[in-house]
Amino acid sequence: MREITYCEALREALREEMRKDQSVFMIGEDVGRFGGWFTVSKGLLAEFGGARIKDTPISESAMIGLGVGAALTGLRPIVDIYFIDLVAVCMDPIVNLAAALGYVSEGRVKVPLVIRVTGGGTGQGHDHGKSLEAWFVHTAGLKVAMPSTPYDAKGLLKTAITGDDPVIFIEHKLLYFKKGPVPEEEYTIPFGEADIKKEGNQFTIVATSLMVREALKAAEELEKEGISAEVIDPRTLIPLDIQTIVSSVRKTSRLIVVHEACERGGIGAEIVRQVVDRAFDSLDVAPKVIGAKNIPLPYSKPLESAAIPSAKDIIRTVKELM
Amino acid sequence: MESLRLGNNYFGKRNELDKDKLLEMLRKMYRIRFFEEKGENLYKSGLITGDFHQYIGEEAVAVGACAVLRDDDYIVSTHRGHGHCIAKGGDIKKMMAELLGRKTGYCGGRAGDMHMLSMDIGLLASVGTVGGGISTAVGAAFSSRYRGSEQVALAFFGDGATNTGAFHESLNLASVWKLPVVFVCENNLYGVSLRVSESSGVEDIADRATSYGIPGEIVDGMDVLAVCGTVAEAVSKAREGGGPSLIECKTYRFGPHWVGDPDPSIYRSDEEVQKWKEKDPILVFRSKLLEDRIFKERKLDAVKELVEEEIEEAIEFAKNSPFPDPDTVENYVYHSEREISR
Repeated sequence: MREITYCEALREALREEMRKDQSVFMIGEDVGRFGGWFTVSKGLLAEFGGARIKDTPISESAMIGLGVGAALTGLRPIVDIYFIDLVAVCMDPIVNLAAALGYVSEGRVKVPLVIRVTGGGTGQGHDHGKSLEAWFVHTAGLKVAMPSTPYDAKGLLKTAITGDDPVIFIEHKLLYFKKGPVPEEEYTIPFGEADIKKEGNQFTIVATSLMVREALKAAEELEKEGISAEVIDPRTLIPLDIQTIVSSVRKTSRLIVVHEACERGGIGAEIVRQVVDRAFDSLDVAPKVIGAKNIPLPYSKPLESAAIPSAKDIIRTVKELM
Repeated sequence: MESLRLGNNYFGKRNELDKDKLLEMLRKMYRIRFFEEKGENLYKSGLITGDFHQYIGEEAVAVGACAVLRDDDYIVSTHRGHGHCIAKGGDIKKMMAELLGRKTGYCGGRAGDMHMLSMDIGLLASVGTVGGGISTAVGAAFSSRYRGSEQVALAFFGDGATNTGAFHESLNLASVWKLPVVFVCENNLYGVSLRVSESSGVEDIADRATSYGIPGEIVDGMDVLAVCGTVAEAVSKAREGGGPSLIECKTYRFGPHWVGDPDPSIYRSDEEVQKWKEKDPILVFRSKLLEDRIFKERKLDAVKELVEEEIEEAIEFAKNSPFPDPDTVENYVYHSEREISR
């Protein structure tokens, strides 16, 4: 199978859905001429024109609000918000409108809005590197996707665009230029289906986004030492495929959840809660969450590395729990 | 009648249709007034819960503005939204049922006082966060142009909303993209208790339009025909591709910020309230219709009486409607895969 980058995979998803459906359009800062900060929308302006690929002023709140209004009236907007940290300036229309209107209208209106954001620490400091997925997981009414591979990125983005609910689509800066197999032919990936990235029978490691790569690195190392770890990527956090995780835990009896977001109050704690709820009897040891330190993210490389989990942290924790 | 020279032939000359329209406007103003008055009793008796924000005193704004909109045009409303809903053609039975939290309400009881919406009448949202709905109207305007339709979107908001970032971002974006949206500011002089003079750096909110290169008009918000005329021009301009306008309607809420607001005299004098009540928009409009001999008093009284009956019927309908089933509380969170609310 051909290999393309995560970035190219996202671009293909956008291109395919925009070709198919005139109601799909994308707005964002520098998504047009500039091609997007990470080049995801490169070439799309030329193909689809300025009415469908629109550069916006730096007005995140109005951009999301515009997306809500357009979604309510029959369009399928994609709003590109550079960095996930910037959602802090546009939470009102996300939380109080996009997430709520379907519910408070008993489904009489729908908000098929995709908000593309990028997260993850890359040495840019605290307001350009956070992982804030838990904010959205905690806001009822949103769906949250967090792909870790080019294949997942493409299939999930297509599902996000064609679905009828608001989606926070969280990309990762350090994944944009990683390659992976993506078929030429069209496909989609349904929300709420976890992917077992590596099978194993002694340990379940649930990881998200960039941490899936770290978990796989760790699993490879552990394999050499005779420890068989299963690595699961939920791919979407809302809806969450808890069943696949629970089935794995029933097999392995041990669970670690790894994410780049702060450990406290994160999706890891939520996954542990749900596993304890459903499979307490299967657990041999208390499940663990490995997340970033509970700090605003620092700039200096050694500090940033100390804050964000890595394969080493995963290996150490697995060994402690074996 | 001078004020009806609206320049867009919406009403045409003073013919039967004009008279129907005028009567309809008066009917809607009464409908708002009595809906709110009766609603207050229901709130005080505990049948309406949460907050109850009355539109009394501001009827000319909603009715004047919506009178020039097409049925398929969009509006976005605020926490003080009952008037907008009625003016855009809302069914008071469904509205009252919504306020009583009943299954038969516009949103099945999930929305309530501050959040009513109905696509049937083009009411896209009522938004409780001040300033939060303005950009939704911009989005609807964008959508209208994108789809090649001639629909216009109109955003209602108060003076307080004009100090939010969302207001400024929205006006700028709409201006840059020349979107068919009309921004209607209901300047009722107070954001809850804070006077406009204490919250805004400009005396007239309409002046803020200058920053965005769009027209800013001031209109007497107690005169329904004046509102109608000014909004008609802005709507025509927007529909013809001329871009957005900001219209500041100088108006006043006769009652407290919400019905539970214990004592508005803390921040405004009785004399001031009295002065504004003399400009009661319903009385002003009624006098005009009588002075110009368009209708006889008897005819206008009949309208009023009929509305009073309608409101009673709406209350009966709401009271006799069932509450939503608590077992459905987790329904409708998502459209696709509805079962996944956990």
